[in-house]
Amino acid sequence: MFDKNAKPSPRRQDQLDRYKRLVERMSPNSQMGKGLLRAYWLGGAICAFGQFLQEAGKMWLGMNNTAAGTFCSTVLVFLTALLTGIGVWDRIGQYAGAGAFVPITGFANAVVSPAIEFRREGLVLGLGAKLFTIAGPVLVWGVSASVIVGIIYAIWPW
Amino acid sequence: MQGTITLKRRPRLCMGAAIAGKKEGEGPLGGGFDQVIEDDLFGEESWEKAECRFFYTAADTCIRKAGLTHRQVDVMLGGDLLNQITSASMAARELKIPFLGLYGACSTMAESLCIGAMLVDAGHVRTALCAASSHFCSAERQYRFPLEYGNQRTPTAQWTVTGCGASLLSSDERLPAIARCTHVTIGRVTDLGIADANNMGAAMAPAAADTLARHFADTGRSAGDYDLIVTGDLGQVGHDILLELMRQRGTPLAKDKYVDCGLLVFSPDQDVHAGGSGCGCSAIVLNSHIMERLRKGEIHRVLFMATGALLSTTTSQQGETIPGIAHAIVLEGEQPCSGA
Repeated sequence: MFDKNAKPSPRRQDQLDRYKRLVERMSPNSQMGKGLLRAYWLGGAICAFGQFLQEAGKMWLGMNNTAAGTFCSTVLVFLTALLTGIGVWDRIGQYAGAGAFVPITGFANAVVSPAIEFRREGLVLGLGAKLFTIAGPVLVWGVSASVIVGIIYAIWPW
Repeated sequence: MQGTITLKRRPRLCMGAAIAGKKEGEGPLGGGFDQVIEDDLFGEESWEKAECRFFYTAADTCIRKAGLTHRQVDVMLGGDLLNQITSASMAARELKIPFLGLYGACSTMAESLCIGAMLVDAGHVRTALCAASSHFCSAERQYRFPLEYGNQRTPTAQWTVTGCGASLLSSDERLPAIARCTHVTIGRVTDLGIADANNMGAAMAPAAADTLARHFADTGRSAGDYDLIVTGDLGQVGHDILLELMRQRGTPLAKDKYVDCGLLVFSPDQDVHAGGSGCGCSAIVLNSHIMERLRKGEIHRVLFMATGALLSTTTSQQGETIPGIAHAIVLEGEQPCSGA
């Protein structure tokens, strides 16, 4: 009775199909062109700013390549956390979508926003337990994927 | 007659109160609410407590406007969207009125009115208070993401209304009456396979069509017998689908006599995508705008039907489709219709 994979009767299936088509016809789609344009320009701008930070670190702060990379990530993460904290980043995210969260900025927002939201349930069971609710899945599967790739790389004969 | 109940003693709808949040206050109906609360937290320390205070304030305002005290209300029926309907029960803790907590998701305002009207009609209680609340911030953190998370909303998504509406029903002839409750149609859970939690209008529209069709069949009426048919929070998508479903059933609704609270409460430039949603949506619109029109005699016979999407985050994650429900109640104004 509650098996969601059970096959419905042909009459019911027909009803479901017809309704699905109606809903697809009636529901507005995301505006792809506008969305892509916004994601590209803002995502690009964030990356260009990151590159500027790296170059600035090397040119004016006497950093080597690794240090400049770390400097760039740190500044971007800090700025996102700050903008999340003062309630601006969610608007940037709504505007630019993937353009705002694909760079490292998205990761910072995904950790800081639950930290703010669940602070009221306490430091341990609130903040502590919920800190990685959004970033957690990315970490789990990101780390797992890199382990698998690492193993393949290690045993690959050439 | 399956599910439609005729209320022989026509219980009086005496008073309504609507307390709304800031964004709702900035919407087209902003001037009609009893109070607009600018502070999302309503002076409390959490969203949940704020919602609770919305509930308490709406209930208290409604009782006081009717000239009653809390002790003169025999029963309170109501609910909200949060787990274990804590906003309603914690408000009931302060109100000290005998309380039946209800969960019908966004259909709760209609559900509470249906049950309240039946209790008053049967003479079990003299006065019943019906209320429903929702809060954008508490709903968002429970059903979706933290507030400050920068996710993008889809065009079919709706915006949970912050606010609470309360209505007072009574058989007491000494109380003022705005309208009388004449019929109740209890909804059937209907599911046409929509699993997208960002398109609740589409999930609930078939339930609304089912309730409407049964109501018309049971009462022998048609859409033309109503000055206004009001749905709760179908939003733009659900509104359009309901019109289409009723057309397909051969009982079309007239576009100028059908409104959806989710579309009334916000204006399109408020960036709410498909419109408002949540228990509070139909509750604050009914208890301000609709009641005011009934009181003035602009409309006389209204079918108020709030719709609910009976999903949880757990069932959604397990891939279940969204069951929808819609309860309807007929309100007949005490004022003769001015024909507006």
